[in-house]
Amino acid sequence: MARIVGGITTSHIPAIGNAITKELFEDPYWKPFFDSYPPVRDWLNEVQPDVAIVIYNDHGLNFFLDKMPTFSIGAAPRYENADEGWGLKPLPPFQGAPDLSWHLIESLVAEEFDITSCQEMLVDHGFAVPISLLWPDRVKTEPAKQIKTIPVCINTVQHPLPSPKRCYKLGQAIGRAVASFPEDLKVVVVGTGGLSHQLDGERAGFINKEFDLMCLERIVDQADSLTDLSIHDLVREAGAQGAEFILWLAMRGALDGKVRKLHSNYHIPISNTAAGLLLLENAGL
Amino acid sequence: MPHPAPTEQPSIPGTTIFDGRMAMKGYPLNKMCFSFNEKANRDAFLHDEDAYLEKYGLTEEHKEAVRSRNVLRMIAAGGNIYYLAKLAGIFGLTVQDVGAQQTGMSVEEFKAKLVDAGRN
Ligand SMILES: [Fe+2]
Repeated sequence: MARIVGGITTSHIPAIGNAITKELFEDPYWKPFFDSYPPVRDWLNEVQPDVAIVIYNDHGLNFFLDKMPTFSIGAAPRYENADEGWGLKPLPPFQGAPDLSWHLIESLVAEEFDITSCQEMLVDHGFAVPISLLWPDRVKTEPAKQIKTIPVCINTVQHPLPSPKRCYKLGQAIGRAVASFPEDLKVVVVGTGGLSHQLDGERAGFINKEFDLMCLERIVDQADSLTDLSIHDLVREAGAQGAEFILWLAMRGALDGKVRKLHSNYHIPISNTAAGLLLLENAGL
Repeated sequence: MPHPAPTEQPSIPGTTIFDGRMAMKGYPLNKMCFSFNEKANRDAFLHDEDAYLEKYGLTEEHKEAVRSRNVLRMIAAGGNIYYLAKLAGIFGLTVQDVGAQQTGMSVEEFKAKLVDAGRN
């Protein structure tokens, strides 16, 4: 049977993609950020997951306001990255795991989550930057040997956004779906985005360290206490785009109740954002 | 109990909730900005801005906001920051330039404010 080996959450700021392209790993601005990733890569090397379920949000590459699904899941053998308009270099395609994708879609719909299935889906920086951070050798690896991926996209563009509680429950249903997949697969769940940031309005540049640190701590073993927050609470406390924290909660829901925190990092600022990183191992492992 | 809709909650200073009302108001503006994912469209905008604004059916309010290059005006006209970022990208502006403009700071001041947020 398939099983979830652990979960990772990481910010997905576009500037990181540029810094990777320019190899700014030793640059004083970037070094404290990039230096936090090797322990997570070491864990991935040791555990060797077969598939990454990547919970992210589209920022206006694949979806426009003409059709804005709340929850959508990729069901394709391959996902293309593309020009987002402001200069991030598109990456080679990402490999899919369509059998597990359809199993997720079937299980989630059976559990009353109304999912939009996507056989063509452009994945943007919200998906691509975390993959580049976690599997930096991917682009040099032949496609068949690359990590297989399943994009799970949650709307954070147009309100109403799904509530923190709903996203946590979606994660729990993803966890059950993976556990009922008959193939022997090791699955890692990646939640992307956050932490506090706001790009728009007179409050642009808003960062809330205290709130972020509380979330980083509680998501480990008191995630329940965060699911009563409303989207309005998240926008107020974490900034308009800090509402991406719902993606972290979806990741956390997918893990068993008990987890071991193996690594975390918090760094201000990367671009306009407080960057967060967290590695949780499923305690059952 | 479901949470009340954000529009029924106390407003958050300096923050516009991009909901259905704003999404309808800004639809042509955002649709134009969405087109800027493609280089040919960015080039077409630069080549003849007025024609491009016309092609996407922007209202006078949208057009004036775009011509003013003022992001707060674009947001008030229903622009969503993720799409507006693609317009800003045409002029080589980053989210930090955009943040500085909206807060009335220099880019250096805005960057310093972000660094300061990590110190407390
Ligand atoms: Fe984002």
